[in-house]
Amino acid sequence: MMQLTINGIPHELDVDPEMPLLWVLRDILGMTGTKYGCGEALCGACTVHIDGHAVRSCVTPVRRASAKAVTSIEGLSPDGNHPLQRAWTEMGVPQCGFCQAGQLMTAAALLKKNPRPSPTDIDRSLAGNLCRCGAYNRIRAAIQKVADEAKQP
Amino acid sequence: MTLSRRVFLESLGLSVGGLLIGGGGKLWAQTSGLSPNVFVHIAADGVVTIVCHRSEMGQGVRSTLPAIIADELGADLTQVRVLQATGHKKYGDQNTDGSSSVRRRFDDLRMAGAVGRMMLCTAAARRWGVDAKTCTTEGGFVMHTPSKRQLAFADVVVAAARLKPPTSPNLKPSHQRRYIGSPTLPLLDGPAIATGKAVFGADVKLPGLLTAVMLHPPVLGSSLASYDASRALAIRGVRHVIALPTPQPPYKFQPLGGLAVVADNTWAAMRGRKALVATWSPSDNASYESSSYRAEQAETIRKACSVVRSRGQADEALGSAASRIEAEYFMPHLSHAPMEPPTATAHVRDGKCEVWAATQNPQESQNVVAAATGLAPTDVTVNVTLLGGGFGRKSKPDYVGEAAFLSQKIGAPVRVQWTREDDIRHDYFHTTSAQRLEAGLDGEGKLVAWRHRTTFPPIASLFTDGAALGREGELAQGYADYPLDIPNVRVENGPSKAHVRIGWLRSVNNIHSAFGINCFIDELAAARRVDPKAQLLEVLGPARRVTLEELGVEKLPNYGHALEEYPVDVARMRGVIERVTAMAGWEARTQDRERGYGLAFHKSFQCQTAIVVAVKKSRSGKIKVDEVWLAADAGLVVNRERAQAQMEGAVLFGMSIAMYSEVTFKNGVAEQLNFDGYRLARMPDAPRAIHVDIATNDERPGGVGEPGVPPVAPAIVNAVFALTGERIREVPLSRAGVV
Ligand code: FES
Ligand code: FES
Repeated sequence: MMQLTINGIPHELDVDPEMPLLWVLRDILGMTGTKYGCGEALCGACTVHIDGHAVRSCVTPVRRASAKAVTSIEGLSPDGNHPLQRAWTEMGVPQCGFCQAGQLMTAAALLKKNPRPSPTDIDRSLAGNLCRCGAYNRIRAAIQKVADEAKQP
Repeated sequence: MTLSRRVFLESLGLSVGGLLIGGGGKLWAQTSGLSPNVFVHIAADGVVTIVCHRSEMGQGVRSTLPAIIADELGADLTQVRVLQATGHKKYGDQNTDGSSSVRRRFDDLRMAGAVGRMMLCTAAARRWGVDAKTCTTEGGFVMHTPSKRQLAFADVVVAAARLKPPTSPNLKPSHQRRYIGSPTLPLLDGPAIATGKAVFGADVKLPGLLTAVMLHPPVLGSSLASYDASRALAIRGVRHVIALPTPQPPYKFQPLGGLAVVADNTWAAMRGRKALVATWSPSDNASYESSSYRAEQAETIRKACSVVRSRGQADEALGSAASRIEAEYFMPHLSHAPMEPPTATAHVRDGKCEVWAATQNPQESQNVVAAATGLAPTDVTVNVTLLGGGFGRKSKPDYVGEAAFLSQKIGAPVRVQWTREDDIRHDYFHTTSAQRLEAGLDGEGKLVAWRHRTTFPPIASLFTDGAALGREGELAQGYADYPLDIPNVRVENGPSKAHVRIGWLRSVNNIHSAFGINCFIDELAAARRVDPKAQLLEVLGPARRVTLEELGVEKLPNYGHALEEYPVDVARMRGVIERVTAMAGWEARTQDRERGYGLAFHKSFQCQTAIVVAVKKSRSGKIKVDEVWLAADAGLVVNRERAQAQMEGAVLFGMSIAMYSEVTFKNGVAEQLNFDGYRLARMPDAPRAIHVDIATNDERPGGVGEPGVPPVAPAIVNAVFALTGERIREVPLSRAGVV
């Protein structure tokens, strides 16, 4: 039995400790907001937070998340009103939307660590998150907007 | 008008996380209310439901098509429920492909709304004792402006439902439109996407659902010779290993065959696949090797080929020209790589099959499932989820057939999940092309001859085994339809045999035609020492509508439209070139010491697009796309905000093509497997700014999903020349080490 805390809710699971966290979330717990895009830490679609750090859940065995706090897109905010989520909708960031949970989770971890990122900081942090639809300019602008707004008194 | 008047019968709402997808139940058949056609339902309480019959893959179709209907109906779009259609002929063509959803269905959908409006108006007019012609609808109300009266839809809908739908509804004048052409239409699925609630192909949940991962034959045309599944079956969670039938050419949309590992969860299925031992029969396609194939293609275009288009005497004029300019261009295979790899869920039971699939083509999915299961297509219900990207890949439902076959075999619901490696290695690849362009100048330096040869394994080979020449429709993408104001023109197509499945990828053959033509025009400009913009305008010639005779063809597919309806209009082409060069400050570009500027223009899917790219060198000496300007004229654009997003995305899509992406083959097997080998543009590659200008006019609507792509790669290559003087004739640029 494995203890896992996801979005503040504890779970007790009978799974192979080597199963990647991605598949535990999606297939065992039915939390499908976290996406499979490559399985090799190459696209970022599966990004979640473990103790506040952005990790690629497709290459993270679930044992490494046990006894830690896992946050997935479903838990990024209680009601979808994280400033990034609001900016995403207001600025029309998503196209197909498939990469966006991963983009949001990476961006949220960045802003937590670095609330005033430079354009280069944003590019570097998000470089591991592919968007085949090419929404990069709007993703970038939305992160910048949230950072700028947080700066204001 | 092609609307069926049958009441909408099949439309359950399986509301999963905000995405209302169709199903087997009856949503409104028993409820009273107005169902003037299959696209619209107004319930007795006034709630308006609009059916979106096309697939959402990022182009915003679910935000756009309902807006067209809502506008004519006079509904309040913010209150409309959007129901995703299942696959059914009653909706007409549902294949979400060819940038056609608005272009081909604009009139139909307006009619669908207008019929409802007229019925509501007639019912209200009777109540008021006024002429229905003096009534209109807006924001969910019927209005009688002369007497300042209004009634909510809910108050008249029951009476309206008793009326006969009008046979020839009239449409609202354009000044009464609230949504069509609005720059601020809401993005329907935005909130669901931003909160992780949106339902994509792999997100469908059913009790007892099993997951299958496929082991396809490594080379097209080989089949399973023997296998040992014992190690796979020993893995915890693996339930079945099942062999699939071997497809026969032409491959069309048939599943590829091979083995499926079916398990309780995806990870077990993936591990099971790794543990399989299989041997495969030989295939002729194992000889496919990209570099030798490229050499063969180069040979092909150096000899006379089949004539696509001819005017004057190009061969003779080239022979007697005072000077000649010639160049050859090459592009590799590409993989669609939609962000969500192909996936579909099927449940076969009681002689019927229900499918939930990320598919661009639900009706073709019905056919593929029918072929895989022996059921009738009408016994197959296809629910369409959000697609997670399509780009043409998901209009080919081979993976849907796999899911249905396996579900029938096992007697349980099965989801097939392609891995990224499956997706890249077993794609319906964008073709690989070689082109040779030659121009002849007379003694005064005037352009008198143009010969353009192209060869590429065609999409035709997917449907006709052995086809090596492009079909008319393929060649009408930038080859047959490009205006050339030159007296002697000849365009030819040489044979290339396909060794892999060839499919259409976002903007299709326009990718290579635009690359060849735009790069060559830039070379002509350099050779003749004229401004590339002036050279481009000279080749296109003066503002005019180009005739078939001038093109030198007998007919033109013209993306399915009559030439009168959608002319080849050089004035509009020149318009976007003027617009984009003005935006980019083209005339002053030589004062920009840091950056090189490249220009390209292309028309496809009835949209003209011109692009200027400014590139610079990074500190490490690599080329970086710094800024992009794009001007498009797609006629009337319904959803301007999403059209702009499509154009921005097209720039990045084109950048991947120009800079990084290629699939090469060795021994018939793709050498790239995942995003390390098959590289795409990433955020640090994105230009500092992409400036998009979309023309505002009332011309017939053109496409917007694809037309931004073709001019991107040539504009980049031309910009690299402007910056460095280096002429690159082959992409991706990563090959030459410049990016
Ligand atoms: S799925 Fe984990 S990085 Fe791509
Ligand atoms: S929005 Fe489609 S992949 Fe990013």
